[in-house]
Amino acid sequence: MPRRTMIEAIRDAMDVSMGRDDKVVVFGEDVGFFGGVFRVTHGLQAKYGKSRCFDAPINESGIVGSAIGMAAYGLKPCVEIQFADYMYPAYDQLTQEAARLRYRSNGDFTCPIVVRMPTGGGIFGGQTHSQSPEALFTHVSGLKTVVPSNPHDAKGLLIAAIEDPDPVIFLEPKRLYNGPFDGHHDRPITPWSKHELGEVADGHYTVPLGKAAIRRAGSAVTVLAYGTMVYVAQAAAEETGIDAEIIDLRTLLPLDLDTIVASVKKTGRCVIVHEATLTSGFGAELSALVQENCFYHLEAPVARVAGWDTPYPHAQEWDYFPGPARVGRALLETMGA
Amino acid sequence: MADAGMLRFHVPEPEVRPGGTPDFSNVTIAEAGSVPRPDIDVDPRTIRDMAFSIIRVLNRNGEAVGPWAGLLSSDELLEGLRHMMTLRTFDARMQMAQRQGKTSFYMQHLGEEAVSCAFRKALSPGDMNFPTYRQAGLLIADGYPMVTMMNQIYSNEADPLKGRQLPIMYSSKEHGFFSISGNLATQYIQAVGWAMASAISNDSKIAAAWIGDGSTAESDFHSALVFASTYKAPVVLNVVNNQWAISTFQGIARGGSGTFAARGLGFGIPSLRVDGNDYLAVHAVAKWAAERARNNLGPTLVEYVTYRAGAHSSSDDPSAYRPKTESDAWPLGDPVMRLKNHLIGLGVWSDERHAQAEAEILDTVIAAQKEAESHGTLHAGGKPSTREMFEGVFAEMPAHLRRQRQQAGV
Ligand SMILES: Cc1ncc(C[n+]2csc(CCOP(=O)(O)OP(=O)(O)O)c2C)c(N)n1
Repeated sequence: MPRRTMIEAIRDAMDVSMGRDDKVVVFGEDVGFFGGVFRVTHGLQAKYGKSRCFDAPINESGIVGSAIGMAAYGLKPCVEIQFADYMYPAYDQLTQEAARLRYRSNGDFTCPIVVRMPTGGGIFGGQTHSQSPEALFTHVSGLKTVVPSNPHDAKGLLIAAIEDPDPVIFLEPKRLYNGPFDGHHDRPITPWSKHELGEVADGHYTVPLGKAAIRRAGSAVTVLAYGTMVYVAQAAAEETGIDAEIIDLRTLLPLDLDTIVASVKKTGRCVIVHEATLTSGFGAELSALVQENCFYHLEAPVARVAGWDTPYPHAQEWDYFPGPARVGRALLETMGA
Repeated sequence: MADAGMLRFHVPEPEVRPGGTPDFSNVTIAEAGSVPRPDIDVDPRTIRDMAFSIIRVLNRNGEAVGPWAGLLSSDELLEGLRHMMTLRTFDARMQMAQRQGKTSFYMQHLGEEAVSCAFRKALSPGDMNFPTYRQAGLLIADGYPMVTMMNQIYSNEADPLKGRQLPIMYSSKEHGFFSISGNLATQYIQAVGWAMASAISNDSKIAAAWIGDGSTAESDFHSALVFASTYKAPVVLNVVNNQWAISTFQGIARGGSGTFAARGLGFGIPSLRVDGNDYLAVHAVAKWAAERARNNLGPTLVEYVTYRAGAHSSSDDPSAYRPKTESDAWPLGDPVMRLKNHLIGLGVWSDERHAQAEAEILDTVIAAQKEAESHGTLHAGGKPSTREMFEGVFAEMPAHLRRQRQQAGV
């Protein structure tokens, strides 16, 4: 199987989808001729023409709003917001329009759109190129939220998202675009070309939405993570020597609660890790669900490791980023060590 | 220049407030028939003055005059009159039903009936409107069943939207009427997206976007203009200027731009103003704009100059912010009376037939109301099942919603 970067895998997903279904259109800022600032859509305009892949004005509300209209017409738009930090102007269209169209019209109109956006920090992006807004989407009825952590999943999940009949937010951890990142910023990363999860099959395949993956089997503690934090959790488990079971959620909504509950009932302990700020973050939801469903199996309080409740700082990036040291400490505390 | 002194903050005010005497003499109104009708492929730069004039067909004597006249047969005009009368009667009955506690809320079209009724007749089957809440005439003029509209207003067991939406927020794909959102202006850019999709698909259908004067201040209005002009989308961009948002007069949203139509000029979009109380003028302009869109000539911005004679909604009391007599002083008259007089002038209508038609329409509306009420009203009779509340959030119900439905015991 060919090895690809996450960027190539995501591009491949769009390529495969556009090739199979001429209703799929791709647009966004710099997405057409240039192929996007991360070059994710590179080559799609040349291959499919300007009416299938084109540049949009710098107007996020316009990008999502027009995509909603296109979807109501019968197309399947897959649009790019240049950074997740810039989805706020489009938030109204996403949460009040895309999310509700099926419900409010009783299925008369539907909204099968995908909104891709690079998310997360670890790239010295400062406050406005580092945010992780997933909780702002999972709180909204009617949106699905996906966060892949490797090229194989990214391709399969994106194809599934494009084929999904409902609006899907596709958050791409940009720190993973070129290789897995375990939080050790001072060490070189292994590129995806040398990593087994960089193996991406050619052609069409899907990874179903709503199914988590167990990245590391273990019996002492369950770690719930997604995106970049999957690798940070793995590094923390290795460094502490704790027999942690690491679950990569892959889809936050719908959530694979069965896999989570089965694992926590087995291990009796749970640590939740995400990059987004702690307060009212998605970890709070996960923690509540674990308490509700596994209370009598828990041998320690559920622990959360997350970004601090500050804006994402530039110079202090590595003090902000939930790295292996902080996750390791939480693992040890949860184990009572 | 001399010392300018302290800065002063400017807040625009309407000409009069309650207690004052309404005076529209400053509103410049072009004479009927005086505005030329350019070819649809006109260079927009040559018709910039049309964004400041008003296209009118019916003159003070009820005659249809000038280059925008002569597009409709008298049968079509009689049908148009019936649509407007039906909408007015429907409104009166539903407003009353709201007062009787049969529904929570209602919004009338009083004085604006020509805009949506005449516009609908300029579209073809398959075209899509993205309306806001004062365009029910699009449905009435397209033959959408009044009973279904009422079922929606009552949120009863026959409500096609299962009680999920505020009254009057209809949806009908079949009748080219996009699901109404309570969030102002969002639909404007969605309409442009729909039109872009039609062009991408090499289809022949066009879209129409609808917005009120107050809501043009929203950024989605500007997003729509950018996208429509960039991609030459086949869309008619409608602005219904009925002078008022809720208590806020049009000058607050308009600022110093002169007219709402003038907003299109900076985008190179042909921009027209039309007498919104003149059924013939609205129809003629709508047809011109629709033809432009269908011929790959791109978007047109149309400002309908009209007056909201009624309250903003059933929750509003306009006497608190404008003179009670202001609507009588409005210089463009009542759209129903103007078309009626025109038809009488043509010799195809009379006061007697009008009175008879009014009675017939009232009977039809009452019969529809009875039928709708047999399915229930908001607080009495049949209503959509609570189970429905959990359906349709997604195409397939995810596990967490299934669990919540079980918890709700439905
Ligand atoms: C985004 C948003 N802001 C505020 C409101 C509340 N609101 C409902 S109608 C209205 C006035 C709209 O005026 P206009 O666009 O002129 O339309 P008209 O009612 O005059 O037809 C306001 C402020 C809303 N529904 N949505």
